[in-house]
Amino acid sequence: MKAGAHKQEPFLSLNPFGQVPAFEHGDLKVFESRAITQYIALEFSEKGTQLISPGSKSMATLSVWMEVEAHQYDPAASKLAWEQFYKPLYGMVTDTAAVEENEAKLAKVLDIYETRLSQSKYLAGDGFSLADMHHIPVTQILVGTQTKKLFESRPHVNAWVADITARPAYYKVLAMQKQ
Amino acid sequence: MATPVKVYGPPLSTAVSRVLACLLEKDVNFQLISVNMSKGEHKAPDFLKIQPFGQVPAFQDEEISLFESRAICRYICDKHADKGNRGLYGTNPLVKASIDQWLEAEGQNFNPPSSVLVFQLAFAPRMKIKQDPAVIKQNEEKLGKVLDVYEKRLGESRFLAGDEFSLADLSHLPNTHYLVSVTDRGELFTSRKNVGRWWGEISGRDSWKKVVEMQNQGS
Repeated sequence: MKAGAHKQEPFLSLNPFGQVPAFEHGDLKVFESRAITQYIALEFSEKGTQLISPGSKSMATLSVWMEVEAHQYDPAASKLAWEQFYKPLYGMVTDTAAVEENEAKLAKVLDIYETRLSQSKYLAGDGFSLADMHHIPVTQILVGTQTKKLFESRPHVNAWVADITARPAYYKVLAMQKQ
Repeated sequence: MATPVKVYGPPLSTAVSRVLACLLEKDVNFQLISVNMSKGEHKAPDFLKIQPFGQVPAFQDEEISLFESRAICRYICDKHADKGNRGLYGTNPLVKASIDQWLEAEGQNFNPPSSVLVFQLAFAPRMKIKQDPAVIKQNEEKLGKVLDVYEKRLGESRFLAGDEFSLADLSHLPNTHYLVSVTDRGELFTSRKNVGRWWGEISGRDSWKKVVEMQNQGS
């Protein structure tokens, strides 16, 4: 990405928005991480962890919390990750006002998560699902920043964060990142 | 005849109108229940029980209570697969993956800049809120870049996910309608040949015309 390969062909034919990731399975090409994960979970539903429960009712609940992650959690969380993790990495200066603003937004969302997670072990029900999984990458980053105080002050959120960031599958991802 | 499903929220809301368009495409009977947002009804304790974020829409049928318009649309298509427009969310995993991809593109790339513009240009004046020219300019540029990608895609494909109208196209109707019909930024869409052609097709569908009628009735 440093060389801009994501903004040129041949990558653009895999993701016309010039973003990562892109995914191929046989002839199928898919971009947008949340579309890719849903395809994988459906296509390989008989393998590994059940990330998706069949049946329109449980799919619907899962869908609700996947949308919540995308539209309520991620906007504030990814800005916080950008300001506190990526900017320092690239030698840029953290905007403390932006951090404050987005922590306030994330706090409101986490209040709702706290209530939800006191009623249900995971966001979409009693089992770990795609909805929880979609939170892992950015949450993993935030746990290493001062934003972790927002998780730590909410007992159910805190327990859930500890749980989802300790999954063996994600340790494998972290190991790949270190390479 | 099945009990009508319930949708909570004003039809003028872009997210509410997304769900209404889907219900009309799928021929699913619904009851629209008003939520007076200027009176703060969306933040009332009873409403927060069905939508904890205090936003619209919320949705209920005899089995489940849901929020987030795109999740509601997916559920409607899933549950009523054999009704109305059967191909709206695809009839096999490959088509569905393509629709999901463009539904995510809508949610992640198209929606952020377009909803800021809808708010700034269509709603802020009505609410007597001051517009922010810098924010407008920034989001016009962002939206322009997204529409350049769409222009290329729609030169290769009749609709976003393929040859058939799908939930991915439908999801774009609410914001685009405001920008094209109510603001002076419609040329973002109409000046791009393929995007303009696509907009004409998807906005001309009976389902969307009915939604616009509901919006204009001020129900």
